[in-house]
Amino acid sequence: MRFLDFERPIAELEAKIDELRHMGSDNDLNISEEIAHLESKSDTLIEKIFSELTPWQVAQMARHPLRPYAMDYINAIFTDFEELHGDRAFADDEAIVGGVARLDGQPVMVIGQQKGRDTKEKVRRNFGMPRPEGYRKAMRLMQMAERFKMPVMTFIDTPGAYPGINAEERGQSEAIARNLFVMSDLKTPIICTVIGEGGSGGALAIGVGDRVMMLQYSTYSVISPEGCASILWKSADKAPEAAEALGLTSSHLMEQGLIDVIIDEPAGGAHRDPEAMAQRLKSVLLSELTQLQALDMDTLLENRYQRLMGFGKFTER
Amino acid sequence: MSWFEKLIPSRIRTDASSKKSIPEGLWIKCKSCSSVLYRAELERNMDVCPKCSHHFRIGARRRLDLFLDEGEREEVGAQLEPIDILKFKDSKKYKDRIVQAQKATEEKDALIAMQGQLKGMPVVAAAFEFKFMGGSMGSVVGERFVRAANLALEQERPFICFSASGGARMQEALFSLMQMAKTSAVLARLSKKGIPFVSVMTDPTMGGVSASFAMLGDINVAEPNALIGFAGPRVIEQTVRETLPEGFQRSEFLLEHGAIDMIVDRREMRDRLGSVLAIMTHQQLAG
Repeated sequence: MRFLDFERPIAELEAKIDELRHMGSDNDLNISEEIAHLESKSDTLIEKIFSELTPWQVAQMARHPLRPYAMDYINAIFTDFEELHGDRAFADDEAIVGGVARLDGQPVMVIGQQKGRDTKEKVRRNFGMPRPEGYRKAMRLMQMAERFKMPVMTFIDTPGAYPGINAEERGQSEAIARNLFVMSDLKTPIICTVIGEGGSGGALAIGVGDRVMMLQYSTYSVISPEGCASILWKSADKAPEAAEALGLTSSHLMEQGLIDVIIDEPAGGAHRDPEAMAQRLKSVLLSELTQLQALDMDTLLENRYQRLMGFGKFTER
Repeated sequence: MSWFEKLIPSRIRTDASSKKSIPEGLWIKCKSCSSVLYRAELERNMDVCPKCSHHFRIGARRRLDLFLDEGEREEVGAQLEPIDILKFKDSKKYKDRIVQAQKATEEKDALIAMQGQLKGMPVVAAAFEFKFMGGSMGSVVGERFVRAANLALEQERPFICFSASGGARMQEALFSLMQMAKTSAVLARLSKKGIPFVSVMTDPTMGGVSASFAMLGDINVAEPNALIGFAGPRVIEQTVRETLPEGFQRSEFLLEHGAIDMIVDRREMRDRLGSVLAIMTHQQLAG
C-alpha cells in the first residue's frame, strides 16, 4: 500500500500528471500548460483534503507506510551519528536506536523508536515496539548524556511497548517506570518529538522532557483507537469514534496544554517531502535548544518538574 | 429447564429465583478453594480465606483501616473531584460513569490517601479503590498521589501505596497518561531526600499504574497471587498467539523474575512493613 484511502484522489491526479510528463517529452507545447493546470488542481485538492482530516485519518497518517521514521530524521538532521548498542545486561533492542551525534556541530545524544520499512526490517525492529532492554538502553544513553553534558533529543514513533511474554518476564513495567523517574530529573536539556505514533506508556518512556513537540499529523494517546474501541465500545470497528473521543491529534493536545510545539508538515504530509520536513524539524530543535541552554540547570529542572506537576484537570471544593 | 426438572410435577417444582432462603451476603464462597465461609469470620481474618489463604480484594478505606494504627488519621486531598474535561463519551458518558462510580463506592475517585501511624511511626499511606472504575488513574488519582508524597516529603515520613488498578483511565485520555510521569517525578524527589517509598501491589496492578509509581518502590511488595503486569493477559495472548504459562504475571512469577522484593500475607503486612521501615529510617518500634 503506497497511499491511504483519502489520498487516492491525489494519487490518481498525480498519476495523470506523470503520464502527461512522459508524453510531453516528445511533442506538443500545450501539454506543459495542461500539466501546470493539473498541478495547481492537485495542490488545491491536497489542501482541501488535509484541511478537514478526521482524527481517525490523522491516526492513519501517523502510521503511513511511507512516513519518515526516526533514522530518516537522524540522518537528515544530524552529522557524525554513531549508533551505540545494548543495555549492558541482556540484549540490544533494535526497536530503539540511539547514539551520539552533532546538531550543527553541537554534541547531542539522539534516541528514537524505529519501525521497519520492509518486512524483514519490520520484524528486526519488532514493528517499533520496544522491549525492556530497549528502554534500558535508552536510559543508559540518557545518563551518559548527563555525564558528558550533551542535550538529549528523542524521536517517538511506536504503537506501544511490546506486549509479550518475555517482555513481562524482564520487567516491561519497571523499565518504563524507571525511565520516567530518571528523565524527570536528568541534568541536561531534553527535547522530545512525536514523529509518528505516540503509543501510550511505550511512547512516554522516552517522552519526559523540557519540551514535548509533535509533528502536525502525528498522534499521542493513552491507548490506540482500536484498543480503546474494543474495550469501551466492545468492537474494534469503532476505532474512528474512539480516535475522535481520545483527542489524539496535535492540535487538540496543544489546546489542552499537553504539548508545547506543533511542527507543521509539508502539504500532504511529511512523506511527500521528507527533506523539507527534516529541515523544518531541525530549525525548531535548534531554536528550542538555544532557549533551554540559556537557563541554568536548577531552573531547567524546576521548570520540567512544574510542567509535569501541572498536568491534570480536576475541581477542588 | 433440564429434562430432569421437566419430569418433576409442577406443584413441587421450585422456581430458581425464589430459592434464596439464605440472606444474601451472610455466606461467601471462596473463589479459590470453593469453601463456603461465614462472612464475619472472613472479615475477622482480614478478608483472607482461612482455609486456603486466598486474598479477597478489599476496598481502599478498609485497606487503610487494616494497615494504619487506630487513632488519629487525616485524609489528604479529599476535596479533589474528577471532571469530564474532554466530554468523553463511549457507550456511556464519562460524566455519568463518574456519578455512578461515586454512588457505588461513596468515594470521589479511585485513590484514598491518609496520614497516620504505623506501629507508632508517622507515615503517609494511600490505597486504590478498585471498584471505582477499575481503580483507573486519572487526574485526581495522580494529584492525590502527589499531594500524599509531598506531605511525606515535608514531614519526612515514609510513604506507602497499595495499588489495585487496571491502569490509566481512558476517559481522561492523555491527561491520564501524563499522571504516570507526574507520579514518577514526585518519587524522584522522595528518593533524593531519602524518604522511603514502599509500593504494595495487590490484585490487580496493571498498565499505567504498574508502569509508573507501583514499580518504583525502594521496596516492592506484593500480596500473594496478585496479577501484576504491564500488558493484560488477553492482549499478550492475542499478540503472541500462544497460551500463557501457568502462574504468568502472578506475584510468585514476579518474585522469581526479580521484579519484587517480597510477597507478604495481608495478615502480616503491618508487622513486616513496620519492621522494614523502622530499619530503613533508623528507628526502634515501640513495644
